[in-house]
Amino acid sequence: MSRSPLIALIALSILFLGSCSQESAEVDTNLRLLYWQAPSTLNPYLSSGTKDIEAASIVIEPLAHYDANAKKVPILATRIPTVENGDIAEDYRSITWHLRQDIVWSDGTQLTSADVVFSWRYCTHEEAGCTGKDSFRDVEQVVAVDDYTVRIDFTKPAPFPFGPFVGSVSPVLQYQQFKDCLGLRAQECTEANFYPIGTGPFIVEEFKANDTVRYKANPHYREEGKPFFQTVIIKGGGDAASAARAVLQTGEFDYAWNLQVEPEVLDNMRNAGKGEVLTAFGSQVERIMVNQTNEDPSLDADTRSVYLDGNNAHPFLSDINVRRALSLAIDRQILVDIGYGVAGQPTCNVIPLPEQYVSTNNEDCKTPNIDEANRILEEAGWVKGSDGVRAKDGVRLSLLYQTSTNSVRQGTQSLIKGMWQEIGVETELRNIDAAVFFGGDPGSPDTLQKFFADVQMYTNNFEGNDPSNYVEGWQCGNVPDPQNQWVGPNISRGCSEEFDALLDTLSETFDSDERVAIIKQLNDIVVQSIWEIPLIHRARVSAKSNSLKGFELNGWDSELWTIADWYREE
Amino acid sequence: MKLEQFARAGQSIQEAREHPSPWMIVWIALKNHKGALVGAGVFTFIVLAVLIGPLIYTIDPQLTDTAVRNQGMSWQHPLGTDNLGRDMLAQMLSGGRIALAVGFAAMLLSLGVGITIGVVAGYYKRLDGPLMRLTDLFLALPLLPLLLVIIMLFRDTLRAFDPEMGIFILIVLGIGITSWMQTARIVRGETLAVKEREFVLAATSMGTSGLHIITKHILPNILSPIMVSATLGIANAIITESTLSFLGLGFPPDFPTWGRLLFDGVNFIEISPARVIWPGLAISLTVLSVNYIGDALRDAIDPRVRNE
Repeated sequence: MSRSPLIALIALSILFLGSCSQESAEVDTNLRLLYWQAPSTLNPYLSSGTKDIEAASIVIEPLAHYDANAKKVPILATRIPTVENGDIAEDYRSITWHLRQDIVWSDGTQLTSADVVFSWRYCTHEEAGCTGKDSFRDVEQVVAVDDYTVRIDFTKPAPFPFGPFVGSVSPVLQYQQFKDCLGLRAQECTEANFYPIGTGPFIVEEFKANDTVRYKANPHYREEGKPFFQTVIIKGGGDAASAARAVLQTGEFDYAWNLQVEPEVLDNMRNAGKGEVLTAFGSQVERIMVNQTNEDPSLDADTRSVYLDGNNAHPFLSDINVRRALSLAIDRQILVDIGYGVAGQPTCNVIPLPEQYVSTNNEDCKTPNIDEANRILEEAGWVKGSDGVRAKDGVRLSLLYQTSTNSVRQGTQSLIKGMWQEIGVETELRNIDAAVFFGGDPGSPDTLQKFFADVQMYTNNFEGNDPSNYVEGWQCGNVPDPQNQWVGPNISRGCSEEFDALLDTLSETFDSDERVAIIKQLNDIVVQSIWEIPLIHRARVSAKSNSLKGFELNGWDSELWTIADWYREE
Repeated sequence: MKLEQFARAGQSIQEAREHPSPWMIVWIALKNHKGALVGAGVFTFIVLAVLIGPLIYTIDPQLTDTAVRNQGMSWQHPLGTDNLGRDMLAQMLSGGRIALAVGFAAMLLSLGVGITIGVVAGYYKRLDGPLMRLTDLFLALPLLPLLLVIIMLFRDTLRAFDPEMGIFILIVLGIGITSWMQTARIVRGETLAVKEREFVLAATSMGTSGLHIITKHILPNILSPIMVSATLGIANAIITESTLSFLGLGFPPDFPTWGRLLFDGVNFIEISPARVIWPGLAISLTVLSVNYIGDALRDAIDPRVRNE
């Protein structure tokens, strides 16, 4: 016992010395980022989600990216092609990019047009399983005109030619490093996929899949004196709330991404004063997908939730009156107040931004109307039974409603269940681990693509500032089914001739005002046919520590887009 | 309980005092065990609360009322409300029903399987090897991943008749068939010991059938470890169910169980600590009291310990 005061004294002095030495130390040049979904690869073309693309975006770069206002900014190119400067052909069949001649890969070699051409070949190889294929839609060929000029030819006129190599989903890979990784070999090149050579401000030093990524500054980076940070660590794991806490409350990390946490919880953490919460609105919309196909569990694997040319309609969700009532009963403002706060706004469109694309024809959804919903159902012959659930011809309005595991989403589920109860619709809730739900594994029954439920809820958005490619998603031919390994963007399995015909018109229209008008109409068809029930226009929510400066949140591209300019100021 | 109740038919109280029945001896030992008495009191209170509570306190635990969110204790909501305005007391009571129902049902199942396998393995020498290797096999299986696979595989099949009942059966089955191994091993060991005793030998030599020996002679003599397994089994099942709910599996998300309430409350621990404290306390108290009862039962039933 007599020793304890001595020990305490020693401990105190160590603490004191420790704090002294810390104060006199230089500003910390290590940047700590927290991605609660850990990166699993650093090759964006093989990524399984935004987390991989963001983690890779500080190493490999596209020709141009989007800034916080959804404007295109050239990175590896000298200028943004336009019809005026002659880089986009008059007939919209090709686009020409001029590369900067001062760009050097982190291994010291020169970036040339061969790298750009190769990246296209890499991703569009038939057996590659490239997840960025969408960016190269309708691309006929990519040609190296000379060492620093690349021309992209399209199979048909492309009114929006900025799919390839714009935005962090479609970066340029180094030909030297990936030349043996084409096709089936893509997944085998772990060295290249985990340690890609890039042109960005940082180089990968150590990659542990689904855990940690360590980077160090790229000595060959094009801007002198940048990046300001010498090392970067991306740590993965945990959940959104613990990530927010690590930045806002304990200050262990400088930045945390994608914080879908209840507003009061976030507010409470912010009161600790160690960091701030940032929001930026992009095109993210939290929506309910309404399954147009029959998902009866007793159906076999080739029939359940499969479109079958319209011959497998849902027993009651194929009735537009039911869908209309479901949408009418939802009070979106309450969902925002409870689950999102400043990070969300009620929306009635699947295209919530950029401003000119936003349709104004659906605003009535913002005022819920239970009585009207009840009236619609009553009129359509859905009569309440003794258990309070409506039924017609023996079919009960009983739904299975699934989403990913996240306390905000479970809260929203419970609230909507209550709202639907008031119109005589019974709801069973299910939550699925996010890694499974969004994982896209064709072997799992719980992915959003399989959609083995009546309705499901998640957030979708489009890349870049032009929804042209996004609206093509609702084409009849894009329904996921066993034949295409359950890949396809038409998750709700909605299909109409009117929609597809309008899409054809869109692809032949070049006048930008007319295009905007058509895209608005397409949005209206999706929303008014109620294949999807838009709920909330979500902002990206991130947290950063007070000492981190030079940060600008971006709703349209990688959130780490300005990482070279970040610095620390205590 | 009164002494009279233990007096056998035709036996006077005086006789009962002089020649107490085995159950009375157990009761006398039990009532001297302070922990057991407190445990039994707490456990009875919890059981009564969750059984009778929802009949008196009739607020729907799933009812969301956005006007009263994140409230503290009040007369309208004795344990406050959560962030969707659901009443915490109603959720606690309804969650307790599930926890206890799962606990008892899974315990009975695992006890049934465990005793059968244990006794058969201990009594019939030929079956001992295979059955014990089977037990080892089950012991080697990782419990949680197995439960996850079971839930994924059979969820849709059971959903067909009733979603909540279906998942209840699934969880009870899952916990039951993954927790019988300890019981089986203990029972086998005890059976091996009892089997060699003289009265079993006597019964065998009189030509008593195996089944009869097991039910009349062996089982009553190994009751003590079985009782202990049973109480521990309840505690174990409640904790496993809470774990599953905490992981976001198990029952549907709006279906309150103590584990689910704990899971949902974690984010709100600073805003309304009560959301974590109450379900946490309920789980701990139930498990602790059941453990105390089990402990005391073992002491009471086992004459060797009792006579010390």
